[in-house]
Amino acid sequence: MGTNPLVFAFQLLVTLIAAAFLVVPAVTSILAGVTVNYFQGVRSGLTLDWVAQVWGLYAPTIFRSIALALGTLAVTLLIGVPAAWALVRKPGRLTRLVEEIVTLPVAIPGLALALALILAYGGIRAFRASDAFILVGHVLYTLPFMLRAVMAVLAAVDVRTLEEGAASLGASPWQRFIQVVVPAARPGILAGSLMVVTLSIGEFNLTWMLHTPLTPTLPVGLADSYASMRLEIASAYTLVFFLMIVPLLLAIQFAGRDRRATDRKARP
Amino acid sequence: MNSADRLAWILLLPLGAFVLAFFLLPLVRVVAVAGEGPNGMAEYLVILTNPRHVATLLATLTLSAGVTLATLAIGVVVALFLARNRFPGRALLVSMLTLPLAFPGVVVGFMIILLAGRQGLIGGITQSLGLGKLVFAYSMAGLFAGYVYFSLPRVLVTLMAAVEKLDPALSEAARSLGAGRFAVLRDVILPGLAPALTATGAIAFATAMGAFGTAFTLATRIDVLAMTIYTEFTLAANFSTACALSLALGLITWGVLAATRNFAGSGVAAAG
Repeated sequence: MGTNPLVFAFQLLVTLIAAAFLVVPAVTSILAGVTVNYFQGVRSGLTLDWVAQVWGLYAPTIFRSIALALGTLAVTLLIGVPAAWALVRKPGRLTRLVEEIVTLPVAIPGLALALALILAYGGIRAFRASDAFILVGHVLYTLPFMLRAVMAVLAAVDVRTLEEGAASLGASPWQRFIQVVVPAARPGILAGSLMVVTLSIGEFNLTWMLHTPLTPTLPVGLADSYASMRLEIASAYTLVFFLMIVPLLLAIQFAGRDRRATDRKARP
Repeated sequence: MNSADRLAWILLLPLGAFVLAFFLLPLVRVVAVAGEGPNGMAEYLVILTNPRHVATLLATLTLSAGVTLATLAIGVVVALFLARNRFPGRALLVSMLTLPLAFPGVVVGFMIILLAGRQGLIGGITQSLGLGKLVFAYSMAGLFAGYVYFSLPRVLVTLMAAVEKLDPALSEAARSLGAGRFAVLRDVILPGLAPALTATGAIAFATAMGAFGTAFTLATRIDVLAMTIYTEFTLAANFSTACALSLALGLITWGVLAATRNFAGSGVAAAG
């Protein structure tokens, strides 16, 4: 199809503006985080002082977020992967209903989920004040992503046939689960894990309500710095967040591309 | 029941227990608390009966619809451009457009402050052009920009995949039969993208309806549903209203997602 230069120019312009809209503020924030004085610009010199100050002020939030993400990952793996297998092997009305209910928290705003948790369990002081309270919220929110990723892979590899093969060789159901199902689900487990960790590290909607002054996470600290710190510190803190999240995002893109490539290969 | 079935049920138990304890029971509690306020059962409909909440609901719906339309429009143009043109740096451009995929709402709010805040880039540019300092971050317009920023990468990922699947022969056939460029877009391309547009549009809409982090970062004075729920719950300690509004909001977002998923699902089935 011959391209009309006007149409081409319009599309190019929209694409470039969209890219600039997304990237320019991110780059600005990174630069502001390492600039001596943002208002004078990069001319004022580059420094890591702001990053060091962020470390002094907010290091505990960073460690708490990493610990929470790993804890969330552990719980979603422990309860999500077995459940994904159970849901895939017998597709029926009941499993559809279970799947529906479990994925419901994704469709409901985090604020509402947090409010529900506080009303139900806020009275248990020791629980309310602990990191476990935030952990529960993060698991609730990320579990559907783990389930979907693992279920998609298990459905695609036809896990029932694999299992029947193993059963005919005398493997017990538990052996089949550990030695056949889990290895077969590995791409889904990897994709789901990356997703869970990324979402947990960045989660704010639930966490803002669930945290206490003694249990702030990285995004909670970010919100605090945006409201009360000078722009350079807020930017340096955001830079630290980018350094944590961007490798995860790239890994997700990479894993997705890998899987799509194998999907294409799998089809005749 | 054979032993494998029994194991499957056992393995499903931890998930069931978790969801029951931390989702279904709290949900029941929210429903109960919503009806325990001074207004009794009438509280459930507060979103439709209290003029202030009705105004907030309408503002939130309008904002979310606007964000959805804008994001889809930009998404279609960009996805078509990227599908039709191959050039050096294209992969980098795609990465730039999709990398902010998992920036949380708070960070997106900060991006908008850097763009359009009091010391923002846009204000600096308009000031140097002698137009005065343009600052719109801390208003509905800032929230609009924030939600477009938030949803655009997601929408693009879906639309780029959908555009790749379009059959270019259809567009060419329509063109060779004399259809104009606009007619091809309206009658061939957009219908072909309809399932992807509905699915991804519904997610953008639901996100804009319920998101809290961006609004929280930009200003607490923007009247959208999430902010109202937050202030009713934490500042006014008006639990029944907060619960009733949360239920209404949850029903809207879930309903939109459920309706379009079924619609998109049947669309895909019909196409296959």
